[in-house]
Amino acid sequence: MNFAFSIQDVLGVLPEIIIALGACAMLILDLFLERDKKEWVAYLGIFVVILAAIASWCLINTAEPYVMGRMMVIDNYSLFFKFTFYLATILTLLLSINYAKSADLDYRGEFYTLMIFSLCGMLVMASGSNLITIYLGIELMALPIYVLVGFLKNDTRSNEGAMKYVILGGFASGLLLYGMSLIYGLTGTTDLAGINAALSAGTVSPVILTLSIVLMAAGFCFKLAGFPFHMWAPDAYQAAPTPVTAFMAVASKGAAFAAIVRVFLEALYPAYAEWQMILAVIAVLSMFYGNTVAIMQTNIKRMLAYSSIGHAGYALLGLVAGTGEGSAAIMFYILVYTLMNLGAFAVIIMMRKTGKVAGDSIYDYKGLAKNNKVVALVMLIFLFSLAGIPPMAGFMGKLYIFMALINQGYIILAVLGILTTAIAAFFYIRIVLFMYMKEPEGEFDLVKSCALYIVIAISVIGVILLGVVPGSLMELASKAALLL
Amino acid sequence: MESIPVTWFVALSAILFLIGASGVLLRKNLVIMLMSLELIFNAVNINLVAFSYYLQDLTGQLFAIFSITIAACEVAVALGILIALVRNRRTFSADEIKTLNG
Repeated sequence: MNFAFSIQDVLGVLPEIIIALGACAMLILDLFLERDKKEWVAYLGIFVVILAAIASWCLINTAEPYVMGRMMVIDNYSLFFKFTFYLATILTLLLSINYAKSADLDYRGEFYTLMIFSLCGMLVMASGSNLITIYLGIELMALPIYVLVGFLKNDTRSNEGAMKYVILGGFASGLLLYGMSLIYGLTGTTDLAGINAALSAGTVSPVILTLSIVLMAAGFCFKLAGFPFHMWAPDAYQAAPTPVTAFMAVASKGAAFAAIVRVFLEALYPAYAEWQMILAVIAVLSMFYGNTVAIMQTNIKRMLAYSSIGHAGYALLGLVAGTGEGSAAIMFYILVYTLMNLGAFAVIIMMRKTGKVAGDSIYDYKGLAKNNKVVALVMLIFLFSLAGIPPMAGFMGKLYIFMALINQGYIILAVLGILTTAIAAFFYIRIVLFMYMKEPEGEFDLVKSCALYIVIAISVIGVILLGVVPGSLMELASKAALLL
Repeated sequence: MESIPVTWFVALSAILFLIGASGVLLRKNLVIMLMSLELIFNAVNINLVAFSYYLQDLTGQLFAIFSITIAACEVAVALGILIALVRNRRTFSADEIKTLNG
């Protein structure tokens, strides 16, 4: 393995370099700030992410996508995901500023910095074209999030959620790595295209290949919280500080999808017949389990955790379709999911009673519409979008997934998907009922913060715009999708 | 000199992996669970290095070095969280940690 290092290599990974150095700069800045001025670390973080976004913008349609000796690939597929992650990170940082200040978190500077480090891992995951880089990206993404989940050091629930997450997350990486090592033994390479070539040649043992596919699917499904590898999600979501929950729900799930789609479509496609059944079962079980158990939840963060298990199921169906159309549908779905989920979490943070971290029961929403019409209306938009009700973007996301399935002849899977959407509508609309049909039980004391308004405005505009005119973005996604 | 066939290494690593996986799933002590995680990572490393030698290809050893480093990082984070937990709860038992459920 000999590779000459050129300026092209450095330019290709410039966004990752900017993010990593920027995070270090944030740590240094944190040292010089007074306790009540820590939000400047977050502002620096937003600036760093915007710089990286500009660097990524310059890389669109590069002539030579493979850099760093084929370790990384800078194609439009990875860039589409990267822009989703940039958006998710900026919105999460905006959510965090007010939250961290009013909850009076210790180590607020590190709180923002860890998110940026995690973003760096996501970028590597989206760009990895080698099992080694993809694994490195996964860990670089996950390690800061473990810390963030346990950030409320003196809260036993936060400790507990983080402990469960770190043990199960480590176990998942172990499964994934074992699968990767078997694939390496079978094909003699860790390069995705090389694995594809070796599998196409068809000299590998089918039993070990199936075993390694199962192990890798299990490892990835842990990261994207698909049934039956979802156990950590509700606990970690409930225990984590709310902005971290939002970050985990959207960005880390999106990154897991970026990696699983690339690995399964680019490297393991010759074994499509073997993995499509496994993933279809995981997807259907996730949809049913997530959406049914969500009905019983009274904690809204836990409810959104179960709903996110369901959403992972829908997005996985796009991968089961196994086409460029399916992967474009996943890209669209992840972007829409990011917007609607972050919007919903912004409203949850707004509802939080000042100074107290908990207080996120669904009954708190009773009668919200009476005196806070605008807040109730935007929550309604996000919940309708999550439920997949037509004028909102969530509906278009599901529609594209189901269309990709039907075009490949998986009618039954599409029907099952639509059935679970009907189940899911129940618990989203229940909150809408609480907001509009019930009398308020007490005074609402909503958090007023410019940053929260910005997040909600961006999410609302995105959700409605992508719902009404999804065409141009979908066209972009189709062009960027992994073509087979 | 006769070399050891690669299947022996794979068998060793499979056994280690199974011991580690059952340790994580069955044991109740959090420290033992973390140690079992290390066993899983070491099973992977044996696999990678054995394949690397057998295939005469350095990628596997490269992968193993990364995996060792990351396992160390992971255990550092996990122990940090464990210490925070034990300070608040005074227990190492996974069974007693169940404030979150539903």
